[in-house]
Amino acid sequence: MSLFDYTLRELQEKLHNKEISVTDLVEESYQRIEAVDGEVKAFLTLNKEQALKQAEELDAARGTDSAALFGLPIGVKDNIVTKGLRTTCASQFLDNFTDPLYEATVVEKLADAKSVTIGKLNMDEFAMGSSNENSSYYATRNPWNTDYVPGGSSGGSAASVAAGEVFFSLGSDTGGSIRQPAAFCGVVGLKPTYGRVSRFGLVAFASSLDQIGPITRTVEDNAYLLEAISGHDKMDATSADVEVPKFTDALTGDVKGLKIGVPKEYLSEGVAPEVKEAVMSALRKYEELGATWEEVSLPHSKYAVATYYLLASSEASANLARFDGVRYGVRTQNAETMLDMFKRSRSEGFGDEVKRRIMLGTFALSSGYYDAYYKKAQQVRTLIKNDFEKVLEDYDVIIGPTTPTPAFKVGEIVDDPLTMYANDILTIPVNLAGVPGISVPCGFSSDGLPIGLQIIGKHFDETTVYRTAHAFEKATDFHKQRPSLGGAQS
Amino acid sequence: MSRISKDEVKHVANLARLAISEEEADMFTKQLDDIITYAEQLNELDTTDVKPTTHVLDLKNVMRKDEPRKWLEKEDVINNAPDHKDGQFKVPSILE
Repeated sequence: MSLFDYTLRELQEKLHNKEISVTDLVEESYQRIEAVDGEVKAFLTLNKEQALKQAEELDAARGTDSAALFGLPIGVKDNIVTKGLRTTCASQFLDNFTDPLYEATVVEKLADAKSVTIGKLNMDEFAMGSSNENSSYYATRNPWNTDYVPGGSSGGSAASVAAGEVFFSLGSDTGGSIRQPAAFCGVVGLKPTYGRVSRFGLVAFASSLDQIGPITRTVEDNAYLLEAISGHDKMDATSADVEVPKFTDALTGDVKGLKIGVPKEYLSEGVAPEVKEAVMSALRKYEELGATWEEVSLPHSKYAVATYYLLASSEASANLARFDGVRYGVRTQNAETMLDMFKRSRSEGFGDEVKRRIMLGTFALSSGYYDAYYKKAQQVRTLIKNDFEKVLEDYDVIIGPTTPTPAFKVGEIVDDPLTMYANDILTIPVNLAGVPGISVPCGFSSDGLPIGLQIIGKHFDETTVYRTAHAFEKATDFHKQRPSLGGAQS
Repeated sequence: MSRISKDEVKHVANLARLAISEEEADMFTKQLDDIITYAEQLNELDTTDVKPTTHVLDLKNVMRKDEPRKWLEKEDVINNAPDHKDGQFKVPSILE
């Protein structure tokens, strides 16, 4: 078995008892990357020299240093800024951005907690996409079957954990970009409440929706990683000044009396029968554990995708204006005027999906269309948010599938933006409402691809989301399954 | 009826500071038209008197003390630029 099959607590114990070293863990990462990343393509940049040096330093402190994530190998999505470590957002525009000058707040927090950054993870360019096919470098593949996509946009983050290349990773989620790839790759991914985690140093896509969150193999490890990265940050005015609970204390396995709402819209015709069956079977498991569930309604769900694409693209069109070829990144050759330089640098640096969304956003914000599109979408966002708040007054959590189908094949829908967008229909509403949501493994399709269960909670109530997810995980063994990629792990 | 014409796409591309070819203009016109048509389903909803949500947290203005502090070194920042001269960003001419 791999060292990464142990839990965080087991690894900490082994490290502190000196049964294993941090160097062992870091070498395990790079050996596995060497063995399988040619197929999985989860990494864009490796941090090997630095990581091995850091491992050596940490090994000297084994047994005495009780930092929360001591010595554990982590992968970081490439839209999270890492000082001195290349950060590209999988875009040609930032291909030469090899020397970022500061750390994202989450990366500083990882450093305080003493994890070891193994490298930067592949993604859809600027986090725009649901399959990783929009990476301008190469498409990450699903470790369960490399003919299939890993999901996106945090496809590298989910695939690297599923493939055993790192112990855990950070992703970002604007419309499902942590939960959807976690579902497709059979791992645990949480989008925290908006404001729980600082966005400082996360390259902005849609600022009112973006959140950084953890991807792990187990719910408990996910809770540990969230504890380490959460908290108010004076560098992010939208980070919330609320207490960070000790999420791991809530993992009792007890869900007796828990009230679950199951939105009928989340089990409608568009959802594949085997996904529906996996969710129903999970609900039966919750009944056995003493929870109750009832059908509820989130009536504006069907409007979420349209609302999201208008709002996220509008925000993106403003946020991505900073890429002008003046201060960093790639500049076009031989432009004669400033305007020509802006336009050609951007056109050469951005891929089609990024251009499409910038133009959609520019259109929705432009004079004469603002009220009809942008403001309308903001109003519908209010209705969607109200739907969630109403249901969550009466229920502790909302449960449904994470995605309507398991992973699709590479190349299958890449040329059809609307069909691609529809993939996020069950995750997008959660971002619009700002509530926390997790995806945990709850089954496999007949093709052997993972299926994800989505658990959604109240604002700042990750504690109940984790408790609910953990009880299910404890009662099942879906999370213990491993892909056979590169042969069984020794 | 199409929601967005090829000329409008070219206009929007200009506003967004993107240079697009004729072929790209054709492709984006079709795709954006599909997406905007899809988005118009929002018109099924009556949103009179519904307050727009710009932000889920009910944040008011977040203030801090206006105190200078050390941030990035100018030299490092300049060195990250594609072109620079005498400690300043260098760009093509702005005036004709």
